[in-house]
Amino acid sequence: MIQVNNISKSFTGRSILKDINFTFETGKTNIIIGESGSGKTTLLKCMVGLNEIDSGEILYDGRSFFDLDFKGKKAIRKEIGMLFQGWCLVRLKTVEENVVFPLSMFTDMSAEEKRDRANFCLQRVNLNNANNLYPSELSGGMKKRVAIARAIAVQPKYLFCDEPNSGLDPKTSIVIDSLIKEITEEYNITTIVITHDMNSVIEIGDNIMFIYKGEKWWEGTKHEILKTNNQEICDFVYATEFMKDLKEKFQ
Amino acid sequence: MRVFYHFGKYYLFIKRAFGKPEKFSIYIDRIFEEINILGIGSLGIVAIISVFMGAVITIQSAFNFESPLIPLYAVGVAVRDSMILEFSPAIVSLILAGKVGSSIASEIGTMRVTEQIDALEIMGINSAGYLVFPKIIASLLFNPILVVFSMFLGILGGYLFGIMAGVVTDYEYIYGITYEFRPYNVIYALIKSAVFAFIIASVPAFHGYYTSGGALEVGRSSTKGVVYSSVLILAFDLILTQLLLS
Ligand SMILES: Nc1ncnc2c1ncn2[C@@H]1O[C@H](COP(=O)(O)OP(=O)(O)OP(=O)(O)O)[C@@H](O)[C@H]1O
Ligand SMILES: [Mg+2]
Repeated sequence: MIQVNNISKSFTGRSILKDINFTFETGKTNIIIGESGSGKTTLLKCMVGLNEIDSGEILYDGRSFFDLDFKGKKAIRKEIGMLFQGWCLVRLKTVEENVVFPLSMFTDMSAEEKRDRANFCLQRVNLNNANNLYPSELSGGMKKRVAIARAIAVQPKYLFCDEPNSGLDPKTSIVIDSLIKEITEEYNITTIVITHDMNSVIEIGDNIMFIYKGEKWWEGTKHEILKTNNQEICDFVYATEFMKDLKEKFQ
Repeated sequence: MRVFYHFGKYYLFIKRAFGKPEKFSIYIDRIFEEINILGIGSLGIVAIISVFMGAVITIQSAFNFESPLIPLYAVGVAVRDSMILEFSPAIVSLILAGKVGSSIASEIGTMRVTEQIDALEIMGINSAGYLVFPKIIASLLFNPILVVFSMFLGILGGYLFGIMAGVVTDYEYIYGITYEFRPYNVIYALIKSAVFAFIIASVPAFHGYYTSGGALEVGRSSTKGVVYSSVLILAFDLILTQLLLS
């Protein structure tokens, strides 16, 4: 469980996050939604310490991240797997080397054990026969899957995904989404997914936070989000004609 | 004031790069990887430039020493001393600053703008240590070797071209290069090249590491890395010459 208490953040005087409070639950896919530029990525980066915060507190299962020294922070970071918005595989390494990399860094596994673990993770994300390809030889969806495989290789307790299905076709999106959900439930991970995609929200959103202009505007479950009358959320959820039609049909 | 700010930032960066490694065996592998890329990969250009420089110095000094009062073996002395004292340590380092420096800055800069560095940090890896420390050590280990290689090839190049051009004889050149040879000069050159090696690896890495933006900024960091490291090499060349030879 990750608790975010009263997080505020500004860049050069411009306030980006305003007093955010939220609890991300274990074993559930927690979703952050909001318009482009609303501060979703910034919030995630603040949570892992890539951006400094102005005020507030973050508790990783009760451990206050910002009160820890460098070593303590590092220990928590080793428990975090993260998928960035851009692709962030190491370019000069093959798929297998990318997945093996965190294992070499943090475990004392033998070369064979590492390879087995990497293969297991790659199979887990349905990526077979790609071990010796380089990131430049992969499609967008394959890269995402490698990144997920790498993130789960060291068995993280927390998994953060920044737009895991941006740039993917709807079918592959669903595959990636359900993969994230399955992994979350299987290993009882605290997962946070940032997304723009209402399909993902309806598909996997156990616990949803809606950010609007840097504020937490709303929270609830995927069932609640379809019923709410909050204007900003309706603008977001029913942005397309198709969704509007759908809503009218239901009512 | 900006100077102090950047110097402080550079100092903290280096301190992080020399922080305790997560795992030593990985760092050893990385050092060999970097020696291969930065060191072995530069052998060719160093060889070509050194041979030609030796040849040019030979022909030029033979041309200038036409007076009957100066013995012809002075050509050998001139080639040897200019190669060992200045050319091999300083000019080769300047060339490496261009070749190696730009590749280091753009590699690390690209990793920064494509969030690969953030990814390393999130994994709990000291990214400065993992990326930069092996480069600095590889340069410190291998650049002196390159410099000795360059001295040797420069003197050899002078010999071959001098004989071919007929400006100096076999006996005189060999006599010249052994005439009052001071081994300390080689040590001096090695000290200089080690200092330059540190600059060549760390300054462009620093500029690459603090890139923000996109591909355009990566190019800019790379240029800055090369310019600053070249200027620093020249400045330290002067300082070290004053300290070590006076
Ligand atoms: N390093 C930075 N320096 C200054 N401003 C920044 C920085 N990073 C983000 N911002 C600003 O913070 C705001 C929120 O950015 P953020 O990346 O969090 O948006 P987002 O919700 O993730 O959007 P998207 O859905 O497009 O990814 C933007 O207005 C952006 O300009
Ligand atoms: Mg974002």
